[in-house]
Amino acid sequence: MYATVLALLKKDLLIEWRKKHAFFGVMLYVAATVFVINLMNGQAEASMWNVLFWITQLFVAINSVAKSFLQESEERFRYYYTISSPQAFIIAKLIYSVALQCIMSLLTLLLFHLLLGSPLANNLLFTALAALGGTSLSIVFTFLSAIAAKAQQNASLMAILGFPIVAPILLILSRLALKTMNTVVVNGWWGLFMILILLNILIIGLSLILFPFLWKE
Amino acid sequence: MRLRWWKLLSIVLVFYSLYFGMMGEVPSKDILNETIRNLYYHVPMWFCMILLFSYAFVYAIRYLSSNNIQYDLKSAAFNKVGIVFSVLGMITGMEWATYTWGEPWSNDPKQLGTALCMLIYFAYLVLRNGIKDDEKRAKISAVYTIFAFSLMIPLIFVLPRMVDSLHPGNGGNPGFNAYDLDNRMRMIFYPAVIGWFLLGKWISELKYRIDHIHYKKLYHE
Repeated sequence: MYATVLALLKKDLLIEWRKKHAFFGVMLYVAATVFVINLMNGQAEASMWNVLFWITQLFVAINSVAKSFLQESEERFRYYYTISSPQAFIIAKLIYSVALQCIMSLLTLLLFHLLLGSPLANNLLFTALAALGGTSLSIVFTFLSAIAAKAQQNASLMAILGFPIVAPILLILSRLALKTMNTVVVNGWWGLFMILILLNILIIGLSLILFPFLWKE
Repeated sequence: MRLRWWKLLSIVLVFYSLYFGMMGEVPSKDILNETIRNLYYHVPMWFCMILLFSYAFVYAIRYLSSNNIQYDLKSAAFNKVGIVFSVLGMITGMEWATYTWGEPWSNDPKQLGTALCMLIYFAYLVLRNGIKDDEKRAKISAVYTIFAFSLMIPLIFVLPRMVDSLHPGNGGNPGFNAYDLDNRMRMIFYPAVIGWFLLGKWISELKYRIDHIHYKKLYHE
């Protein structure tokens, strides 16, 4: 099981490395998005900064995670089917897209600091939240991209399926992030934090249970 | 047409609640006034929606464990009728909110919850209609139904922690809680919920039977 997960993960990273243009394409997407925000809005005030950051995260997640399943062809799925169990496959995909999305989150954060100013009082906490948010978004979209790929549809279907589910998650994340700004007191911070962690566990659990049904044709 | 006892019961209860909802005595409250009668028409829609989606969820699980296409058709029928009830609940709620809250939309957590449900199940329709192959469509829509329903329930309970509610009974608003919902109203409200739910179940089963006939025709069974 571990060996399979590792092998699949290594394969995904290798493909990522060989198709560097796709990876840099997403990076360029992030940079261009932040630059456009900068052009339109200049330096944003704290609460607006927070909102813009999470919205950017959402669109970056849709673009980067969409690749995880949608880039695989039908034939390749049949090959994986012979060499791997569905659980190992989805775990490998989850780890891969979480790693990818965390890199993108940190890049977004860096660019936000560069181009949109730094209104944060607690940078460390916000960085941790950005990584956590990236994790939440990428696990939701990984499973949905599996559904979209099986339905032979594109990334926009994945986005449609995902928006209502990630909307409350983004709401929680932006509320949590308010704590990192000087002026705001957030009631029940730890409660919300635990809810987010539990939601993540629930999503991973559902992915593990439901993916085997998508796997078989 | 096979007319079972519960179908008759649903007709009787729905007409009973429609008539006595208008004619019955209601307590007079500030702000709410006579709009309190909306309890009989709006709240049952919301109950029905959740119950019908739950039925669809159970049938989706049964489809995945048996691969019997009938369960898929049932699951889809319940989801579709659930969507109709969510739209009705939204319309009756917004109509009511216009007169009590002053505006049809005010980001109340229950409104947001229903809006999210509607988005999730509209996406379900888009997903379902995009797949040509029957087996595949059944499997993927069952998987999405289970995934979305299991996430929707906790999210609906999370939302009220994020946004203040304007609904009666929440945050000090005059409402329908234990003291306010008096026995006269209970005698109409509970039958209304049961009646509308049975009606929804009835419509879903009719929808399922029509779909099943289409399916059988398609495959000359």
